[in-house]
Amino acid sequence: MACSSCQQNPVHTTQSHTKLCKKHFLEYFEKKVFRTIRLHNLLQDDDIVVCALSGGKDSTTVTHLVHRILKQRRKKVTALLINEGIHDYRDSTLKDARKFCKQEGIVLKELSFKKLFGFTLDEFLQKHKNINPCSVCGVIRRYLMNRGSRELGATVLVTGHNLDDEAQNILMNQFKGNMQFSAKLGPVSGALEHDKFVRKVKPLYFMPEKEVALYAYLKAFPVEFIECPNAHGTFRQYVGELINDLEQRYPGTKQGIINSFLSILPELKKQYRGKKIGSCTICGEAAAKQLCKVCELLEKEKIDRRKKEYG
Amino acid sequence: MKQYLNSFSFLVQHMQVTVFIQRENKKKIVKLEKGATVKTLLRTLKINPEVVLVARKKTIILADTPLNDKDALELLSVISGG
Repeated sequence: MACSSCQQNPVHTTQSHTKLCKKHFLEYFEKKVFRTIRLHNLLQDDDIVVCALSGGKDSTTVTHLVHRILKQRRKKVTALLINEGIHDYRDSTLKDARKFCKQEGIVLKELSFKKLFGFTLDEFLQKHKNINPCSVCGVIRRYLMNRGSRELGATVLVTGHNLDDEAQNILMNQFKGNMQFSAKLGPVSGALEHDKFVRKVKPLYFMPEKEVALYAYLKAFPVEFIECPNAHGTFRQYVGELINDLEQRYPGTKQGIINSFLSILPELKKQYRGKKIGSCTICGEAAAKQLCKVCELLEKEKIDRRKKEYG
Repeated sequence: MKQYLNSFSFLVQHMQVTVFIQRENKKKIVKLEKGATVKTLLRTLKINPEVVLVARKKTIILADTPLNDKDALELLSVISGG
């Protein structure tokens, strides 16, 4: 019943059934994340790093750990937050993100849907009740993350995606026949090359969501464990529940999904690498068609594009 | 048979624990058999242990931890974000 290393009260049982107290869990967690960074070459010595920070447990955890590594290299990290304007959710996590950055001495850059495009996600969804919120939010957030980090001079963008997120993505793509999207997954994201894409890395790639939550709780980060109100009833939520049910009955399922995926990822990347990608004729960002997805959305809405500085 | 067994229910000792379920923002009082563990509690509430951290007096406890009468517990959802 006690910690396998020191006989203190345990707070976690690993997949190999090792019990860990608070001290030894924190060490185990950090060692595993640093190992992922090292083995997959996620942060090179000359990288200029921007961390995608939402104020939630995952992005706060990864920003904290990347900040520690860069401090040792006498370098700095900038945090980038995208404010979609989701009422009762983003305003709360925004406060947490600001508090966290102040505590850690990290510069925080905020980009807002409202300031850049003239609408919040809530306002957009009010006008379009049948649209899937995640499809709009995801497209605009990724666009702003890429563009914002590039204009901050980043050579790498760190995200807080964890093992559960990746397992869900893998299965969602499988179920929908979207293997070309799976080619973009992995500890280093992206299969297509474009000079405007910032390399994206996921140091928490092998960390289950429960372990990230425990780490954030034990470190007393200023985070609230709340879900986006638009996440309810989504396909991702159902797939997440399915995976968690399987994990409960058959421990190791999530890791198995990741391991088998990683074994075929090199082939997937080869298969989809050949696809050339052009530039949007309006904003110049990467686009598979004439317009990128964001400009396509804005053109459809006849929304005035306010030219704002991203960086 | 069930009635026969129920007539001996006075021999089974019970306890009560108070649980605050963070995801629902609700407090519940749960009656359990003495000696029940966190795992028993979660099974009673039909909550998957994969999706919660359980805290007693702000200290995380594991699924095999025995509970005590009048324990006040907090169930924190690990699923958060978008």
